[in-house]
Amino acid sequence: MASAIFFLDLKGKTLLARNYRGDIPMSAVEKFPILLSEAEEESSAVPPCFSHEGINYLYIRHNNLYLLALTKRNTNAAEILLFLHKIVEVFTEYFKALEEESIRDNFVIIYELLDEMMDFGYPQTTESKILQEYITQESHKLEIQARPPIAVTNAVSWRSEGIRYRKNEVFLDVIESLNLLVSANGNVLRSEILGAIKMKCYLSGMPELRLGLNDKVMFETTGRTTRGKAIEMEDVKFHQCVRLSRFENDRTISFIPPDGEFELMSYRLNTQVKPLIWVECVVESHSGSRIEYMLKARAQFKRRSTANNVEIIVPVPDDADTPRFRTNVGSVHYAPEKSAIVWKIKQFGGGKEFLMRAELGLPSVRGDDEHGGGMTGGFGGSMGGVGAPGKGAKRPIQVKFEIPYFTTSGIQVRYLKITEPKLQYPSLPWVRYITQSGDIAVRLPDAV
Amino acid sequence: MSAINRIRGAFAPPRKGETFELRAGLVSQYAYERKEAIQKTIMAMTLGKDVSALFPDVLKNIATSDLDQKKLVYLYLMNYAKSHPDLCILAVNTFVQDSEDPNPLIRALAIRTMGCIRVDKMIDYMEEPLRKTLRDESPYVRKTAAICVAKLFDLNPTMCIENGFLETLQEMIGDPNPMVVANSVQALSEIHETAPETRALVLTPATLKKLLMALNECTEWGRVTILTTLAEYTAHDVKESEHICERVAPQFQHVNPSVVLAAVKVVFTHMKALNPKTVSAYLKKMAPPLVTLIASAPEVQYVALRNIDLLLQANPDILSKELRVFFCKYNDPPYVKLQKLEIMVRIANDKNFDQLLSELKEYALEVDMDFVRRAVKAIGQVAIKIEAASEKCVNALLDLISTKVNYVVQEVIVVIKDILRKYPGYEGVIPTLCKYIDELDEPNARGALIWIVGEYAEKINNADEILEGFVEGFLEEFTQTQLQILTAVVKLFLKKPSNTQGLVQKVLQQATADNDNPDIRDRAYIYWRLLSGDLDVAKSIILSQKPAITTTVTSLPPVLLEQLLSELSTLASVYHKPPESFVGKGRFGADEIQRAAIQEQRQNAAENPIAASVAAAAKGGQQNNVENLLDIDFDGGAPASAEHGGGVGTPDRFGSPANVGGLPGAPPQPSGGMADIMGLFDAPPPMPSASAATSPAAAGGMGDMMSSFAGMDLSGTSAPPPPGQQLGHPASQTPPKSGGGSEDLLGLF
Repeated sequence: MASAIFFLDLKGKTLLARNYRGDIPMSAVEKFPILLSEAEEESSAVPPCFSHEGINYLYIRHNNLYLLALTKRNTNAAEILLFLHKIVEVFTEYFKALEEESIRDNFVIIYELLDEMMDFGYPQTTESKILQEYITQESHKLEIQARPPIAVTNAVSWRSEGIRYRKNEVFLDVIESLNLLVSANGNVLRSEILGAIKMKCYLSGMPELRLGLNDKVMFETTGRTTRGKAIEMEDVKFHQCVRLSRFENDRTISFIPPDGEFELMSYRLNTQVKPLIWVECVVESHSGSRIEYMLKARAQFKRRSTANNVEIIVPVPDDADTPRFRTNVGSVHYAPEKSAIVWKIKQFGGGKEFLMRAELGLPSVRGDDEHGGGMTGGFGGSMGGVGAPGKGAKRPIQVKFEIPYFTTSGIQVRYLKITEPKLQYPSLPWVRYITQSGDIAVRLPDAV
Repeated sequence: MSAINRIRGAFAPPRKGETFELRAGLVSQYAYERKEAIQKTIMAMTLGKDVSALFPDVLKNIATSDLDQKKLVYLYLMNYAKSHPDLCILAVNTFVQDSEDPNPLIRALAIRTMGCIRVDKMIDYMEEPLRKTLRDESPYVRKTAAICVAKLFDLNPTMCIENGFLETLQEMIGDPNPMVVANSVQALSEIHETAPETRALVLTPATLKKLLMALNECTEWGRVTILTTLAEYTAHDVKESEHICERVAPQFQHVNPSVVLAAVKVVFTHMKALNPKTVSAYLKKMAPPLVTLIASAPEVQYVALRNIDLLLQANPDILSKELRVFFCKYNDPPYVKLQKLEIMVRIANDKNFDQLLSELKEYALEVDMDFVRRAVKAIGQVAIKIEAASEKCVNALLDLISTKVNYVVQEVIVVIKDILRKYPGYEGVIPTLCKYIDELDEPNARGALIWIVGEYAEKINNADEILEGFVEGFLEEFTQTQLQILTAVVKLFLKKPSNTQGLVQKVLQQATADNDNPDIRDRAYIYWRLLSGDLDVAKSIILSQKPAITTTVTSLPPVLLEQLLSELSTLASVYHKPPESFVGKGRFGADEIQRAAIQEQRQNAAENPIAASVAAAAKGGQQNNVENLLDIDFDGGAPASAEHGGGVGTPDRFGSPANVGGLPGAPPQPSGGMADIMGLFDAPPPMPSASAATSPAAAGGMGDMMSSFAGMDLSGTSAPPPPGQQLGHPASQTPPKSGGGSEDLLGLF
């Protein structure tokens, strides 16, 4: 439960506010920037909720905004913080980007949305597709007044009735992103596959869908013999359209989909995976005036696959200058704004190996080394710095890529059955697989 | 411009400026101009300008079929109703009409807004529309009306009960529409919480069944509501608990983390009744969803981590295989990193400590000071938790101390002191530590080193030299360090009496004669007395065997932990404090805050005399107009709704204990010196001056401020307050405070 919601700029000035319960003085918001900067001076770790004089402040940061909820009760904190994120999501769909400007430009519709999304401090409808059906930017004509779509309160609150398409099609994208943490000596410390099945659904009526995957648990419970590989998903999360109790009973994924684009499910695998693009790095520092990086990148996947748009980002000291690069493939450039060198390779074939050498000059007079005493990460009380990683933090090498027609886990869509009892149309499901880099971090070795 | 004109200008309402232009727009004969003016008015309101003076003019635009415009006017009404309570009656008719509009969107809008206009006159007219909308054919209207009952109860509980709205809501738990069910449950549970005597929400097996049915069809937020209610339900027998767990467990797969946490809470509560085998099956099932929570947005992650911390304190093994998940990412916000460290130490065991240790060493070389210190501390905690790890930990700490980074060195010394207390055989590191004596500037680290020197004096050749140095500067040290110096020197004397008598004399002299801290003086006297008697007795007391330490990981007291586990996902579970400690009492109590809120609004209206006079003028001039427009009887321009202060809308609040225990005869709020507003306020005695009105509240506030620090947990890692403070009723802290407040008050008079 939230008593009031505020949109603040980074200085803590209110841009827009909605008072839902009238049980907290709205002036309490003036204390927020003060409390925040006081807390920042105390410690670099300021939590997203705190209590002061009987009022609880829960906030998130988005672009150049704070979204803040106030409450005086022992509220469900997870719910309110998620609701704030949901506001960001819905508003972003409405206004493309949510920032100071878009708040100013769209205040009328923002009030309308806030009214619909929360009542008396309790979250209500936050499904942006449904909201868009009756809260629109064009003003309503006198004759046709908007009405609440039945879906708002329906059991199927995500799909309206009466949708018609000439051609009934479904596109399934199986997207896996790989998260890796590799130590400086090349050990994989942590690896994780986060998968998602995204759908683009252009189907008429109220179709019933059933999705079959090569899910190991499902094979086991139904006692079916498996041909080929089955995968074991650690944890699965479903869009609210999926009947959770059916999945619990017999692992059937059955649902009435929302119209258009949505994420049907996400899953997580903790299996040990080898890095698809292996990066080794040696750093050599020459008498403090020059620093040299030697990088080796190897594609550790099958020859018939290709990684696209590979980017290897190597952090370098902030004050490096006169960069010189040598590589046998792709392009390298120095990005001083990120204090990094970026090695780009458009296409990286399976099994291939490439090298790159970079040399940068360092100013002759060096300050203290990285551990200059008492640095707290550069917040310095300025409201702008919260949430950003500390400036001098030890940054790892990051790797980005995309490998089409390939999933790391081996997940497969076995079938997608579509039935619409009334309309009974033929329909076409399309499936695509892609693996992406998620958060891949290779810790940089110390200079030798 | 002539002088006469200027004088006239000063008395008439301003003819220029934004307000004037807006007013002209609002009464324009063209619809589009009116709409534009309304939008501009709302814009000005958004920017924080006071446009309450336009109230009558905005109100004239309420009867419109343009939905957008209607919403804006309603929004304006909600914001400024308090400043013109008497004029609100003009809107009643439209509201009542709108609540019967053929369009459900408008019916819902009307009832939703009526509940937000917290003015007596409006409440009086709410009965009929609310009764009708609760029975509306559209579920959208019903779900809005359900929440409106909670709004009404907040404003006028008697009316709510007398009209049987609570019974209607209870029936609505059986509504075919899941969202109506969820909102009814939400409203009832709020009412039940504020006024338990109403017994608004009492679950029976029949309602339980309905809730479990609705659970699978609700929106995500509805699910959170229902799950929260289920967690508070006391099952009648094992079978019922079993059933609840079975039905709720599928919710672990929901995409919304707050649904997952709410489901965890339900299962965690109800599985207690089940047999151990089922319990461990559920615990196993809970682990993957809990791990997935760590992939959500950082703020939500933080809530999840704080909750996982609680769950681990109750069931240390549930995540023992998942250590890697909690490794810090370099770009995690600091508050997440610190919490992850906390959890990793809890998960650490014989099998995974190697991994953990190499990770902790990595963190200890980062640059964020708080994080580094916490990582060093974690290494020490692991050493003490797992004996097999202790050697590796000590080596890691020695590596770290050689980095010579000031705060790392200090933290390492504090940590090693604890390791020495637990395990014998690491005395070899002491000479290394002593090398850094001059680096230490924090009382904790200095104290730790001095303790080590005293404790192992017989093994340190130059112990007397080291301590002599500290005795030199004894008077400049922190209290904490002084105590350690005192003890260390005495220990040294008992161990090596030959050449240290002078030193002990000196320090005892300084501690007793030149010092005015009773703690230090008393300790010095005790030592002195002991040393002047039989030295063997002194030895057996001072150098006695100390009890071994078992852990340096802080855990909550069991009673508090139990309470917090039933509060999972709430702020209490994030702060690790019982709700009573931060849901304010007295001046910061819920009721007081609400009163302050109401008063703030009224004050805003009164603080703007120009706006008020303009409003009055406008009212006078255009009253007939308004009357005709709205066609209802209207009792003249006098302030019709007699505002008896903050209690009008909330009569029950005056009887609340927070107020009874408050300052007798003192105004409850620092009113900002608005004497006239104080007069409006209910109870206060006549005050000699406005400034006197503010001071007692401020004086009484000092104590409150101190206690509110206890409620403010910004570090996220701080140890819980001592049990007495946690479990004792905060009310017991109040009397001395208020006493002090009234004394000050008397002094002022």
